[in-house]
Parts: sequence; C-alpha cells; structure tokens
Amino acid sequence: MEDSIQIQVNGEQRGCRPNATVGDLLRELAIKTDRVAVELNLEIMDRKDFDHRSLKQGDRVEILSFIGGGAPVNAPDIGRGDTHAE
Amino acid sequence: MQNDRLTIAGHEFTSRLFVGTGKYKDFAETKKAIEASGADVVTVAVRRVNITDRSKENLLDYLDPKKYTILPNTAGCYNVEDAVRYARLARAAGVSDLIKLEVLGDERTLFPDTAGLIEAAKILVKEGFVVLPYTNDDPIVAQKLVDIGCPAVMPLAAPIGSGLGIRNPYNLKIIMEMIKVPIIVDAGVGTASDAALAMELGADAVLMNTAIAGAQDPIAMAEAMKYAVYAGRLAYKAGRIPRKLYATASSPIEGML
Repeated sequence: MEDSIQIQVNGEQRGCRPNATVGDLLRELAIKTDRVAVELNLEIMDRKDFDHRSLKQGDRVEILSFIGGGAPVNAPDIGRGDTHAE
Repeated sequence: MQNDRLTIAGHEFTSRLFVGTGKYKDFAETKKAIEASGADVVTVAVRRVNITDRSKENLLDYLDPKKYTILPNTAGCYNVEDAVRYARLARAAGVSDLIKLEVLGDERTLFPDTAGLIEAAKILVKEGFVVLPYTNDDPIVAQKLVDIGCPAVMPLAAPIGSGLGIRNPYNLKIIMEMIKVPIIVDAGVGTASDAALAMELGADAVLMNTAIAGAQDPIAMAEAMKYAVYAGRLAYKAGRIPRKLYATASSPIEGML
C-alpha cells in the first residue's frame, strides 16, 4: 500500500490505510470493542467515537483490557509524554 | 447468618471473601477456584491487549460480569500519575466506577506509598470513582482516606504475596475500631487461619490472591478460605470469651462424691 500511514499500536509500528478509523483498526485486529479501553495519543477515547475518529500519521494507540490480577506485576510501559517509545 | 451482607457504596455482597485472578495456571483453573471460593468480588488488572496473538482468550469470557463484581486494580503503578491513568482506563474498559487503588512505594516490599495514595484517591474520588484504597496498617492514613471519600479501606496484613499472615493485629484492630467504613484486609494472608483471624478481629472482608493461586491445590484452598472467612465472621459476631491466665472449670463441683 503506497499511501499507507504509519501508526503505533501498543508500542509497535504498523501501517494503516489513510482515513481508517479507530473502529476499523479494532475490527482489523479482531478486537471486540466492549471490554477494551483505547487511548489515542494519551487521551482516553469514548467508545462512541471509535468509528468517527480517523487515524493520522504518527498516532499512538494503546488498546487495553482486563487480565488476571490482584497480585501486582509491574505495569507495562505504555508510553508517556511526547516521546515515541521504541 | 442470613442477611449478613456487606454493602460498599451501594454495592451489596453476600461473600466476605474477595479474590484476585492473577497467578493461576490458566483461565479454567481461575474460574474453578473462584467458584470454589464463593467470592462475589474478583479483582483484575488492566493491561495491553496482545495484538500479535489474537487467539489469546479474554479473562472476562470466563468470569461473567453479571455474576461477579469486577474490581479493576491499579497494580504495578508506582506513582500518582500512572495510578490515575490506569484507573481511568479501567473505567473506560467499561465495567463500573469501582477501582482498587494501589500506589506502590517500593518493588521489594510492594508497600503502599501512602502519600501518593492519598493524592491519587483525592483525584479519583473527585472524578466520581468508588475508590477502594490498598493501604498500610496505619489508622491515621486510613482515616484520611475515609475523609477524602473512600467508602472502604483495605489495609494490608503483610506484604503482598508473602503469606506471612496478620503481622500487626493491634493496628488492624485499632483501624477497625476507629474507622466507620468497611475494612477489607488485603494482602499477606497465607492460609485459612490467617483469614479467620482477620475476620475475628472484626474485618468486614478479606481480599487475597496468592494464598489461593499459589497453593498446591488452589481449588481446595479456595474452598478452605471460603469457610475460614465465614467461620471468622461467625466467631466475631458470636463474641469470643475473654482470655484468662488460669483455668475456669466447665463442669460443676456440686454433686461430686
């Protein structure tokens, strides 16, 4: 895809079709939208906006869900501030 | 003991045993252990979805949120900013406003950073969260958390995962006498008698993970904990006899030859 844009999803670079929405990305990854939280460039998204927000070059997306826990393990570095984790 | 329900911020629970869902072999074992424990409240962590291997199952496919109250935690967060961020993500992932707030101060002990905890609790209570704070066995900090608006406090029995049991029963007792919201003894329990002791001291509930998940037979231990918490609660309500140094005969002297 010549005109694909680069985004970062859960810390990994990946190509993405221009104008794809966050909802498109979740469907492509086969992730059910209930029970996940999506952070786009450090801002938590409202689930209602998944299909309305288009992804842009350099966007950083974090997709999180619930896992077994209670006894803590170290939280993963899900990136902070303005620098791109890589 | 009918109607001995625990109510926290409008949420009503039958079981006074809360369980974590970490450290199990697989989700099937997690599910069986939780069923055997009889718990209503299960804690979960918030983490990145594995996007490279989507075959991985979701914990919530095994734990019906209609059957259990899912209590997300901020485990693994070592500062206010991260704890607040994970709490918001947990809410966005869509179960409820409940959050078990952990702000850890040290990797070796996993003791709470109580200054950070108070700061994070203030922010989250203001944002409408029902904050259940994991705290030290410090009555003053517990009172501050209540003043902020936490509807329950969760003092530790011993370091997380240590299995050392109730290390400071006197402080816990003071917390239970001073604090007018439910007290959930969280972390450090090793075996059934530890859980019973916490309840006998007057705890409203006990939360544990490793003591069950790390046992050689987690499902049997889950059942043991169910009875221990229940027995401890019954004994607390029944009111124990005072401790005395000397014997008091149980059988009458009258009628002896």
